[in-house]
Amino acid sequence: MNKTAFLGALTVTGLAAGAAAAATLDDVRDRGTLNCGVSTGLTGFSAPDANGNWEGFDVAVCRAVAAAVLEDPEAVEFVPTTGQTRFTALASGEIDLLARNTTWTFSRDNDLKFEFVGVNYYDGQGFMVPKELGVTSAKDLGGATVCIQTGTTTELNLADFFRTNNMEYEPVPIETNAEAQQQYLADACDVYTTDASGLAATRASFENPGDHVILPEIISKEPLGPLVRHGDNEWGDIARWTLNALIAAEEYGVTSANIEELSQGTQNPEVNRLLGTEGNLGEMIGLDAEWAKRAIMAGGNYGELFERYLGESTPVGLARGLNAQWTDGGLLYAPPFR
Amino acid sequence: MSDTHAQTARFVRESMLPEREPPLAEVGAVKWVRENLFSGWLNILLTVVSAVVIGWILLHIVPWFWNSVWKAGSLSQCREIRDEAFGPGASSACFAVITDRWHQLVFGFYPQTLYWRPVTALIVFLIAASPVLFPRLPRQALWFSAISPFIMFWLLWGGSVWAPLSVLLGIVLAYVAFRIASRFVSPVLAMLAGVAVAVLCWGLLAGPLTTDMSRILPIRLRAVGSDDFGGFMLSFIIGVSAIILSLPLGILLALGRQSDLFFINKVSVAFIELIRGVPLIVWLFTASLLLNYFLPPGTNFDLMLRVIIMVTLFSAAYIAEVVRGGLAALPKGQYEGADSLGLDYWQSMRLIILPQALKISIPGIVNTFIGLFKDTTLVVFIGLLDPIGLSNAIRASTDWNGVYFELFVFIGLMFFICCFSMSRYSIALEKKLQREHR
Repeated sequence: MNKTAFLGALTVTGLAAGAAAAATLDDVRDRGTLNCGVSTGLTGFSAPDANGNWEGFDVAVCRAVAAAVLEDPEAVEFVPTTGQTRFTALASGEIDLLARNTTWTFSRDNDLKFEFVGVNYYDGQGFMVPKELGVTSAKDLGGATVCIQTGTTTELNLADFFRTNNMEYEPVPIETNAEAQQQYLADACDVYTTDASGLAATRASFENPGDHVILPEIISKEPLGPLVRHGDNEWGDIARWTLNALIAAEEYGVTSANIEELSQGTQNPEVNRLLGTEGNLGEMIGLDAEWAKRAIMAGGNYGELFERYLGESTPVGLARGLNAQWTDGGLLYAPPFR
Repeated sequence: MSDTHAQTARFVRESMLPEREPPLAEVGAVKWVRENLFSGWLNILLTVVSAVVIGWILLHIVPWFWNSVWKAGSLSQCREIRDEAFGPGASSACFAVITDRWHQLVFGFYPQTLYWRPVTALIVFLIAASPVLFPRLPRQALWFSAISPFIMFWLLWGGSVWAPLSVLLGIVLAYVAFRIASRFVSPVLAMLAGVAVAVLCWGLLAGPLTTDMSRILPIRLRAVGSDDFGGFMLSFIIGVSAIILSLPLGILLALGRQSDLFFINKVSVAFIELIRGVPLIVWLFTASLLLNYFLPPGTNFDLMLRVIIMVTLFSAAYIAEVVRGGLAALPKGQYEGADSLGLDYWQSMRLIILPQALKISIPGIVNTFIGLFKDTTLVVFIGLLDPIGLSNAIRASTDWNGVYFELFVFIGLMFFICCFSMSRYSIALEKKLQREHR
């Protein structure tokens, strides 16, 4: 908590200094690259490949914004940030956009003075246990030793969960996910808890994934989304609507395969407005007419990105779940492009 | 002679016996083992326990190394190959991750087509370091050592050749100014004059000179930003720059702390105690986070440069204390002897005091350097991708998620080679200097 207050105080000072440079869009255009903060490495969300190209679900958001603003999805400087450095990097103006699986919370939005532009992944904290323990519910975990990453919201959620259920637990603090895997496999703890997406990725990397179960309880809401600084609403809108464009594209059936064809003009006015053949939506956010088309072409629509980096065909193997379109029973609901 | 004993003894041997082999228990391996491993019950117990422990460790590690898989595209492929070759569940290292990603662990995200540049820079560094490290080489080679930092900078970061050259020009001008001024005023004032000239040159001349000369004679390499630096190269650059810069700074601080001048003395003491009193990680966070708030927004003050400065200051404080120990160990007669020869302060330091003090301090200095070199891995906490940071990033790819010790073995090996050669050099140097004492 002290850390938060300290960071908050820093942020306020930073804002006072940063207020002068409000027009992020102009800065980005002058620079010719988008400075995008990503995680130093999180399976499925951001990781460099063997050639040093960053890839992943969060990375794709950066590329879409760069494509919309700079007409080039490659015009991104990826700034690897840690859990400690991410907020200061954004507040001080070192990065223009932070897409680093960051949970949208009240205090981060208001106390740290950031603007979450939406949610690109609805996550939640879960538990993984070895099957041989015979545990079927998180309510049975009383007295367990729990491997937990320090300095994250998961630590606080865990404490809350065990307190509300009147159970005791023994935390085994660890620093990185890789370390947690080793500790868990070495039986240093009975339970590993982190975001469900992380648990799935971790389990997939085990020799015998079938020997471990992810318990059904999800004990927290972790809406992960990209964020920008307070004080530059135009820039925030660009990031927000780029994300919405990716989500809406899936809803309307616009994919990277058929986008060229659809942008010749369709019967669906909403698709036409999205792709810039009708109306002047691009102009309204200070971009050209084809901004959304480029953002979608950068890596495909939301569904394509999900399939490529997180979906059931990847080793991470996540189901859409909450991250399905609202029409399919999920939470993704892009406001109308009108 | 032979009659002497005739009455007293029945038998006297009069010829030497041929030499016999010593008893079996007193020679060779048996004797060594008995004396060194099984000389008493405590020793026997210790030997048995150690043998069991070492055997147990080897039993686990050797098959892991022996069965290692070197060619595979991902961890799961590694496991398939292992299952085929050694049966499921066999202990086996998956060094394929090193085969696949070694270039990232070594060079970070430096463009692959340009790997020759850091490699050349390393060669330049080794050539430049050798006349400093080995006094038997011709002294003229030191001139190359003096300009080598600029060559290395240009090779690593690229850009126009005129940028490092104009910085070099500033230093040359400063030196000329110092030489001229020292004829008329005291050395301290002359040094100030030199610094002033250098600052003026960099502030006013360097910018226009670089742009103009780049236009007239464009010699340039493709520029590579600091954010593409990573892996062992990053550790090496930070470590070596800090080592080279902190030694002179540390010596000056040590002299400052011994100085009679009130102001210099107190500033040195405050600096050393402040820097030493706070952990390195805090200074790194200061460099990466706090400085952002104090610099005007939009300033692009390279993070790597900030880190190099912080690490340099940190190790300079430690070096200062090590050198101070050396200074304190010299008998007072050395100082008085220098004075009685009529040498001024700088002459006596340069010719008499420092050569002896530094000789005493060598183990401490090298120890600090080795520590500093390993401490560079702390930059992982501020998001720089040093080998440890890259190992996290590599594990984040779906191919290699779950690989753990293999990466650390490789990183450990790279650090061991550097630190071990540093320590061997220091031992060799001590021996050589010891010989001069006799």
